[in-house]
Amino acid sequence: MKQLATPRMDQCIGCHSCSLACARLIHQRLSWETAGIRIHSSGGLSTGFMAIHCLACDPAPCALVCPTGAFSQRAGGGVIVRKKLCIQCGQCVVACPVEAISQNKQGEVFVCIHCGRCVEFCPQSCLEMQETAVTEEVSQ
Amino acid sequence: MIRDQFRILRVDLATGKGRIEHLEGRDEVAGGSGLAALLYSRYGLMDQPWNTEGQPLIFAIGPLTGYFPLMSKTVCSFKSGYHHQYTESHAGGRLALAMRFADLDALVIVGRAGRLSCLSIGTRHLQLKDVEFMRGVDADSAGKLLRRISGEGAGHRSILRIGPAGEIGSPMASINVDSYRHFGRMGGGALMGVKNLKGIVIHGDGECPQPVGSLYPKIFKEIHSQVTSTDMMHKYYNLGTAANLQGLNDISSLPWLNLQKTSDPGISNLTGEAFADATLLRNGACSGCPVGCIHIGYIREKMTGDNRYHYHQVAYDYEPIFATGTMLGVTDPFDVLRILDVMEKVCLDAMSAGVALAWATEASEQGLITEKQTVVRLKFGDAAAYQQAAGFLGRGENDFYRLLGQGTLRAAEVYGGSEFACVLGQEMAGYATGELFFAAQTLGFRHSHLDTGAYSYDQKNAEQDVQKAVNFLMDDEPGRTFLTSMVACLFARSVYTDSRLAECLSAVGYETLAGSIPVVAEHIRRLRWQIRISTGFNPDALTIPKRFYKVKTWKGPINKDYLDALKMEYGKRIMALAGQETLLKREQEVTG
Repeated sequence: MKQLATPRMDQCIGCHSCSLACARLIHQRLSWETAGIRIHSSGGLSTGFMAIHCLACDPAPCALVCPTGAFSQRAGGGVIVRKKLCIQCGQCVVACPVEAISQNKQGEVFVCIHCGRCVEFCPQSCLEMQETAVTEEVSQ
Repeated sequence: MIRDQFRILRVDLATGKGRIEHLEGRDEVAGGSGLAALLYSRYGLMDQPWNTEGQPLIFAIGPLTGYFPLMSKTVCSFKSGYHHQYTESHAGGRLALAMRFADLDALVIVGRAGRLSCLSIGTRHLQLKDVEFMRGVDADSAGKLLRRISGEGAGHRSILRIGPAGEIGSPMASINVDSYRHFGRMGGGALMGVKNLKGIVIHGDGECPQPVGSLYPKIFKEIHSQVTSTDMMHKYYNLGTAANLQGLNDISSLPWLNLQKTSDPGISNLTGEAFADATLLRNGACSGCPVGCIHIGYIREKMTGDNRYHYHQVAYDYEPIFATGTMLGVTDPFDVLRILDVMEKVCLDAMSAGVALAWATEASEQGLITEKQTVVRLKFGDAAAYQQAAGFLGRGENDFYRLLGQGTLRAAEVYGGSEFACVLGQEMAGYATGELFFAAQTLGFRHSHLDTGAYSYDQKNAEQDVQKAVNFLMDDEPGRTFLTSMVACLFARSVYTDSRLAECLSAVGYETLAGSIPVVAEHIRRLRWQIRISTGFNPDALTIPKRFYKVKTWKGPINKDYLDALKMEYGKRIMALAGQETLLKREQEVTG
């Protein structure tokens, strides 16, 4: 099972094309926030960027705490999201150890589903879909 | 948010309160430049001085901002302390998308804060914070402090700030946007300074629904692919605008040593390649732009005799390299970055400051000014002296530097040397391409090389046909005005043709606007000029210093008669745009 990885974030230029693509294509909106991958500066623009996204835990703590089954374990890591089941309790947001789940002001939660649709929009080749076993940022 | 009305936040710094207003006019003025002009006509004090408390500082985005690639710039408009008339300045960074996601088409700031303050806004907050402790703090440190006091939102907010130059009200003061972009020209920073506004933080913490239908994602993908997979934007992606240095030097159009020359072998150290090979640390992008034309170089400084170093990151582009490199005879790329680093910190417009210091150098050589005025001895090529002088200019060290900060010609009026002041409406842009550019920058709306394609026309046309050349300027301006009303990066003007813009506007739901681009473009152009003229623009009052008549380009020496005829004809055509009513009103104001 493949997952989204960000092996070349050193090359990121901060254009937000990935998160804008996720918000647009997966969540049908325009935003920096309502996306499964979000780009943050780390101490101002001078020190580069980091991508906040699901690192595909297995077992996933967010799925374990979800009281309604809206989040369930995805084979190979990460979660399968059934939005209709979500009661917007926000426990998944708290449970995530890397703050990869965001919640908007209406209570909706957003997490990477490892679909990989953001990858083609990165002009710097920072992102790619990788098999879990070879994903450096997880295996190391 | 796609809506017919504009959603405006008007903040009064005197009270710290804001008000959301909904304004009609989408189909008439579109947004960006057009919206800014509409807002100035509504809130501006046309006949009052630029630093009157009630004068507005306006930031406006366009109907396509955030919806398509490179729709990533913001228009800032205000009455300038440089020429005391209405003007615009444009910047990228994260500001445009932050405003989009804060659900604002425009931010209008009026009034004056009682103490030095920072305005922080988002979808659900508006706060004016006392930052008196930041008085005199440079733009770099101000950015760090503003990040600290702004709490969450790193990467999803835009931070604007001024440095000492803005605080002293220098008309050469810029507004720093997200560290590496600027509202550089015409003194926007001074207006923030007189408003006691050290910084503005805009949190883009909201969201907008995606336009319905299959057309929008299809067009988005086509444009994204055009700008990332074809050669259309390669120049900006590769060497950036610095690539132009070699080319302009080759055709004898690059100003050197206060425009005493237009070409020099010293260019070999200052080409785009030289900067990239020696200094380029990394690249950056405005939010929403996958091209990433921002080129950030580094300077490494030794602290003591021992091996102790620190480094700074300094963004570079064609214009700042011309202004602090070739214009000052500084040919080491690291030295250019060192001068720019000081200008960044005091938050001066690098183009204006570099050109002003070039004049000061020649005035020093001629004995018109002495070290009593300049404090440090200015000599072409002496980068260390220019670093010091940039600091003096930005902080208003003495009467001379404060006067020079008002504009090179103001200083020349007192000390002499106006014939070699390289001023075309404001300190020149780096294009000694010929007669049409000199006339066009002198009279252009922003006195910017991007007002029209005059610099390009000069490079392609050797003939001297006044009507044809001025027709080109008049025909070229509306399209650019419409682009800056969207607000597109002008580097993408070959991508965003009128037909492409119509498709984009249709895809997001602005059908009426999509069907009336030429009419709206002309309307916005006229509206901007009407305001400019109402605030005092007079083409006859703008002169072209003698130095420009002595320039030699690839076409040969400048033809004085041709240049004068171009300026006269262009001025006449601009004034005709304003219409009889505006001209009559202005005449009545002048005659009392």
